[in-house]
Amino acid sequence: MPASTHSSRGGGRRTRGPLDPPASFRALRAVFLTVLAAFTLLPVFVMVTSSLKPLQDVAGGFRWIPSGLTLRPYTDIWHTVPLAKYLVNSLIVAGTATVASVVIAVFAAYAVSRHRFRGKRLFTLTVLSTQMFPGILFLLPLFLIFVNVGNATGIALYGSRGALILTYLTFSLPFSIWMLIGYFDSVPRDLDEAATVDGCGPLGALFRVVVPAAVPGIVAVAVYAFMTAWGEVLFASVMTNDATRTLAVGLQGYSTQNDVYWNQIMAASLVVSIPVVAGFLLLQKYLVAGLTAGAVK
Amino acid sequence: MTSAPMTSAPGTVPPGTAPQSAPTAGPTAAGRTGGGVAARLRRSGGGPRRPGRARRGALPYLLLLPALLLELLVHLVPMVMGILMSFRKLTQFFIQDWSRAPWTGFDNYELAVDVNRPVGKALLDSFLTTCLFTFLSVALCWLLGTAAAVFTQHSFRGRGLLRALFFVPYALPAYAAVITWAFMFQRDNGLVNHVIHDQLGLGGAEHTFWLIGDNSFWAMLTVSVWKSWPFAFLIVTAALQNIPRDLYEAAALDGAGVWQQIRRITLPSLGPVNQVLVLVLFLWTFNDFNTPFLLFGRSAPEAADLVSVHIYQSSFVTWNFGTGSAMSVLLLLFLLLVTAAYLLLTGRGRKDADAR
Repeated sequence: MPASTHSSRGGGRRTRGPLDPPASFRALRAVFLTVLAAFTLLPVFVMVTSSLKPLQDVAGGFRWIPSGLTLRPYTDIWHTVPLAKYLVNSLIVAGTATVASVVIAVFAAYAVSRHRFRGKRLFTLTVLSTQMFPGILFLLPLFLIFVNVGNATGIALYGSRGALILTYLTFSLPFSIWMLIGYFDSVPRDLDEAATVDGCGPLGALFRVVVPAAVPGIVAVAVYAFMTAWGEVLFASVMTNDATRTLAVGLQGYSTQNDVYWNQIMAASLVVSIPVVAGFLLLQKYLVAGLTAGAVK
Repeated sequence: MTSAPMTSAPGTVPPGTAPQSAPTAGPTAAGRTGGGVAARLRRSGGGPRRPGRARRGALPYLLLLPALLLELLVHLVPMVMGILMSFRKLTQFFIQDWSRAPWTGFDNYELAVDVNRPVGKALLDSFLTTCLFTFLSVALCWLLGTAAAVFTQHSFRGRGLLRALFFVPYALPAYAAVITWAFMFQRDNGLVNHVIHDQLGLGGAEHTFWLIGDNSFWAMLTVSVWKSWPFAFLIVTAALQNIPRDLYEAAALDGAGVWQQIRRITLPSLGPVNQVLVLVLFLWTFNDFNTPFLLFGRSAPEAADLVSVHIYQSSFVTWNFGTGSAMSVLLLLFLLLVTAAYLLLTGRGRKDADAR
């Protein structure tokens, strides 16, 4: 350990660097963080180990150590619940909502970041405030709108994937716009002004200069939008039917039944979690910067 | 408009100009300039803008249009409709065409707040449960998140891994995580009872019910804290990165120990962040639907009957949308009131700091 240059000041005891905490602090830190990590990882541990256990291990008393390992839950779950159908529905809904949300957010964020216009503050405030309202507030009316519009026009909105996509993309939109404004603001204005002077229209400047420079931010926003749609429960529980049921509702419905094959449901939970957790952890840096920008400022 | 010379071709952005400094001169600054322009326009009588700008004038609105339309369609219009619905007798007979439901004035509200009748009594109980649940959950999340952020502020071996690990509850889809907790809280084959009763020998041999009865409150609280504390951790961690390292070095030079540094430098600098963080945690937790719904299914036990689930049940189980809407509006009023009071009470100090 390099001896601190300031050691003389604090007397003989001070042989550590100025920011090296004392042993008591380090011990407390180790204990606290270990306990917290255990609490955090406990469900992950249960999910992973249970998904590899034979049925008798999860039907009887809990066992820390499985009596045997098996991959059967990963194959059986496809027959226990219509997992393939749920998966396809979730992929279509979350995928489409993500693409649409990102495109719309890019336009809106560009307008706010690069243009001066009346009502800008009102727009940002309105969009952000929708984020704060509980979903239950507009669940009932939205449900009625979809039912009634469907009756009036003959288009089956209620229960359709389209209605769910429309709803989900507005969930991620406020935060996506907010995050992208931050990213676009950090792209120097001179660059797109130069591009505009060079003959690109304002949209040319957006797609040739601003968007390429903000790719990490846009990918982070896409991951956020996907996570939002992939994990949504409330609206999916009301606005889907047997044919359009998503993973969230399908698995929830099965898990609250009486006799549950817990090893299989754990296998399914693990499989549907891996893509979003991996995406989040890979883009952690950008997502964290975007998520925290608003609060820290 | 300045005729800036072309320094770089479009698309070839110099490396290093991209996002690192993302949240510095953010929307607040931009908003302020925007206000200035608007003020100038108003002064000139609100007339048409200078001719050179006229062509660009419509573009920002066009760019915003899709976002604005969608937010209006899916959030604001339904919210206004919800308020209208709350004044109608909207039972299952009128769901196919809600405009035919008769107006009932404040009947739905009277039903919802009359604590002497079962509907009002149940709503009040649910409201009180939600208040207690929210208070405990927000306090614990804040405490765990702040402690973890402070402990991981200065680097040590394995810190990066630990941070990534702490984000896992935040990244996991809510249903996958909560279903796992539901399994852990099962009476006969769950981990929690196995540890408490079989391994620690607490509470006798008879296994506890966690998902029905009064204990369900604590099960729900555990899951809620597990799910939400990483957000507090994330926000506080980011805030701590803005504290200049020099401050700590100077404090250490002056002989301040690590606890003193935390008390005198770290915690005071978290003030403005905490203001936002606590509000966001409050709103999320108070409106939490996922945790009870995923743990208990469509009928939450009384001890875990949060307002969101309560409204959901009173609407979609009994199909009485009028009363459900009235409850929703009451919830909205309560949230607006609390938020406004909170911002007023905590905002004054912050505004002063901004003005300086």
